[in-house]
Amino acid sequence: MQTVIDNFGLLMRGLAVTLQLSALIIVIGTTIGVFGGLGLLYGPAIVRAILRGYVDIVRGTPLLVIIFLIFYGLPALNVDISGFGAAVIAFSLFAGAHVSEIIRGAVAAVPKGQTDAAKALGLTFWPRIGSIILPQALPIILPPWVNTAVEMVKGSSLVVLVSVSDLMFATVKVAERTGDPMPLYITAAAIYIVVNLAISRFGVWLERRISYGVPV
Amino acid sequence: MATARTTTSPREVAAGSSGPMVRIENVHKRFGALEVLKGVNLDVQSGEVVCIIGPSGSGKTTLLRCINFLETYDEGRIYVDNELVGYAERNGRLVPAREKEIARIRAETAMVFQQFNLFPHMTALRNVAFGPVKVRGVPKEQAEQRARELLARVGLAEKADAYPGQLSGGQQQRVAIARALAMEPKVMLFDEVTSALDPELVGEVLAVMQDLAASHGVTMIVVTHEMMFAREAADRVVFMDGGVVVEHGPPDQVIGAPRSERLRTFLRRFTTA
Repeated sequence: MQTVIDNFGLLMRGLAVTLQLSALIIVIGTTIGVFGGLGLLYGPAIVRAILRGYVDIVRGTPLLVIIFLIFYGLPALNVDISGFGAAVIAFSLFAGAHVSEIIRGAVAAVPKGQTDAAKALGLTFWPRIGSIILPQALPIILPPWVNTAVEMVKGSSLVVLVSVSDLMFATVKVAERTGDPMPLYITAAAIYIVVNLAISRFGVWLERRISYGVPV
Repeated sequence: MATARTTTSPREVAAGSSGPMVRIENVHKRFGALEVLKGVNLDVQSGEVVCIIGPSGSGKTTLLRCINFLETYDEGRIYVDNELVGYAERNGRLVPAREKEIARIRAETAMVFQQFNLFPHMTALRNVAFGPVKVRGVPKEQAEQRARELLARVGLAEKADAYPGQLSGGQQQRVAIARALAMEPKVMLFDEVTSALDPELVGEVLAVMQDLAASHGVTMIVVTHEMMFAREAADRVVFMDGGVVVEHGPPDQVIGAPRSERLRTFLRRFTTA
């Protein structure tokens, strides 16, 4: 236990990196996902085909393979990239594909009559999506989206393999140095659980907030 | 009240001037190999209340949805207040109109749907005020005040803050009528608006529509199976079957003294019921 207290500062610095990385992935991945999902539904045939390829390929590939492809692949193409940069790109592509599919499914589940009614009022595409369709898709999007966010936080521990000094990296290093791994890994697990519980609670709170007039 | 055809091409007439409010010229519509509209012609005058009746599959709902371009049409032309719907004419050929143009014409042709299609994430008040604020740029307070007046008009003043999920079908449909009225449309399209309602709720919706029809403030095109309503509220009844207009005229004539065998067969179902 003393090892944990002695190295708590290091672990917290690792956690800061993990949180930073996770937040970036979730924001970029969600942005990709919104446009990807809408593109899959409403885009012209060529856009739909490209997005479908992206989503299916990425969703069928292990995350670690994507990370290595970016981390070792980009330098081979003479693109200089840090481990952190490679991780952000790889994870965002991964999260983007998953969120695209989540958004596509949720938007498709909004009854077609809602689009008819919005069109009949004279709304053009983006106001229709923003004011009518997405607000109704949100309750359907939220649970799997929270799931994906949690998976990303957990998955971010893989960046240890491309030498990003996140929480996992700090834990591994301290454990190696002190030769006392158990308390350290238990602490790391506890920190991951706390972060993910916070995300889940936030999701539940959001769900309550956006449930309109219908008790959940 | 047969409508006389003018010889002037509507395209040469500026919007807002005389001519029928809705002009439907030889409209054809196909869904794949199935032709649901086979050359429909119909003029509706400003302020006129027209009921379209006919068996299911006769194309009446499709025709209604073509008027505000929720369905595209394959041949012919539809004009609302002398403006071509959904297409622009270039060198004698029809090309799809720009999204903004289509939206602008849609804002003039409000629609009330069989399934109500209220926005479930908005209160009744916001449902009604939303279009004017978002599409017409009316200030929020002004739109909400008007929305309250319209909700009062359909007898739902006290339900302004209720969500659609908290309202009965009849109440939802009356909110939907208020939502359509709020756009101050030139034409109101009613698509079998009582078909999804429990029988005891039909009356309250028809009463609102009857009141609206009697005011003659707005042109109404009503696809309906309610023969009593058609008889009492319509200026003209149009009978469609097999994708064409078979008969049209005053309700007493069309419903009271049908000429075609097809219409007599159709009406018999209602008298025996």
